[in-house]
Amino acid sequence: MNQAPINVPPAWHRIGKHEVAPEASHDEIARFNFLSNLNKHLATIVSPGNRVAYDKRVRPRFLREKGRDFQSRREVREAMLKDPYFQTWSALRRSAMEMRQQAGRSLVLRQAKELAEKAAKLNEGKDTLQLNPDLTIPPYIAKVDNHLMPGSYHTELFPGDVSAAANYDMGLFVTTGGALGRFNDGGGKAIAQWLLSHHPEFKPQRILDIGCGLGHNVLPIAQAYPDAEVIAIDVGAPMLRYGHARAQALGVTNVKFIQMDGQYTGFPDESFDWIQTTMFLHETSGKSIYGIMKEIYRMLKPGGVTMHIEQPQYTPEMDLYEQFIRDWDAFYNNEPFWSKMHDIDALELMTQAGFKAENFFQIGVRAVNDNEDHTKPRAPEPEDHGRAAVWNVFGAWKK
Amino acid sequence: MEINDIVLANSKAKGKRPYFFDDAAVERVLNITMAVAGELAVVHERLDTIERLLEAKGTLSRADIEAYRPDAKSEEERQRWHAAYIARILRIVQQEMEAIRDENLENNRTMDEVADELEQI
Repeated sequence: MNQAPINVPPAWHRIGKHEVAPEASHDEIARFNFLSNLNKHLATIVSPGNRVAYDKRVRPRFLREKGRDFQSRREVREAMLKDPYFQTWSALRRSAMEMRQQAGRSLVLRQAKELAEKAAKLNEGKDTLQLNPDLTIPPYIAKVDNHLMPGSYHTELFPGDVSAAANYDMGLFVTTGGALGRFNDGGGKAIAQWLLSHHPEFKPQRILDIGCGLGHNVLPIAQAYPDAEVIAIDVGAPMLRYGHARAQALGVTNVKFIQMDGQYTGFPDESFDWIQTTMFLHETSGKSIYGIMKEIYRMLKPGGVTMHIEQPQYTPEMDLYEQFIRDWDAFYNNEPFWSKMHDIDALELMTQAGFKAENFFQIGVRAVNDNEDHTKPRAPEPEDHGRAAVWNVFGAWKK
Repeated sequence: MEINDIVLANSKAKGKRPYFFDDAAVERVLNITMAVAGELAVVHERLDTIERLLEAKGTLSRADIEAYRPDAKSEEERQRWHAAYIARILRIVQQEMEAIRDENLENNRTMDEVADELEQI
């Protein structure tokens, strides 16, 4: 009897290194390895049992008691919350997410001062980093510690702090099991490759990335279009300080990092050829998402394109169980707008902003993953709902 | 600039924490247990590193480790270590047993009750 092949996540030491990255001790790496494997186990071994519990007892009981089927994913959630199997999986998944934050923060905070100094050194005298201490943090960031990240993207523990970004940079590899590549840039790489191969005639001169975070997805875009002027904006100063330093350290110098609210940028009308968001819109809010899209339409040059990478939108055809399980992060991993955002009709969102329906498109993309030996599953694997490195991209050309 | 990294690493995220089990105490214990499981994995990985390095440097082989059998004295020491370790972990169960075995009701009073008495004497 041989051991069956199983899918193991890449060990954390494979993560892409750069000059501003924190130093990780042997035990800190091991802690991340435990958490990657815990996430993998919960997603592949434990989570499928939720579907079994739903099919075998939760739904039959609901049918029996109510004399009808579920009518909404909220009803599914209310029923599943009473199921002991779902309770166990949820309690473990929540615990794993909290431990991932703890592991990242304990690694980063013990060297927070050194990290701030490393970033400051790389950023010194560069006009490609522009911070605005007077910026009002939009409520969708100020009110929510997204994905259980204490202090969210913008909180500074001391002047010059970059710890929020360093924590994000080190931990994303753990949450996704390395599925986004060594530099967590598989989304940016995928969209750049798609545009290069499907629209080779398109030569964007000015590119804007909104909600860039630490810039992990905008760097491959800047590398794919080295002659373009790339501007990456975010409201979180720690993200921008770290992201700019990281870009400098990685030798990508055609990106300007500016602290700005994507809904109110102040950029001139028709000043960008390509405006991108990557896993950003689900962390906004009901009105601001429409405001941001209107701002994008305003800033886009005729002939320009905008694209938005997200998990698949919910549609009436999508099975209620699937909607429910995809919604877990909304309620239990502090992504409160996730649920509503995925209900939005993307076409309606774009046409409200001014785009014409005939210029709207949706595509599917898969992360470009450079983790050798870990790029293809060795065994069949269920989807890690809400975390899968396979996305829906919606967008439109401005014509 | 000084920050308490130990306390800050554990900071709570905004929002009311969901508890999935009917009894939050069960979930609290689960979280502590999972954290301990994580630390055990950390120690295991460190030990694995040590074994592999010792083997690579020719100090000993992992086959030596697998084949190792303690002599009588080492056996006694190691078994005592296990006994103490398990007792330490299951301390609360032992104390609950002591509580129900104690015939002297005075020893199982709440400190409120004891305080009331001490006030009088």
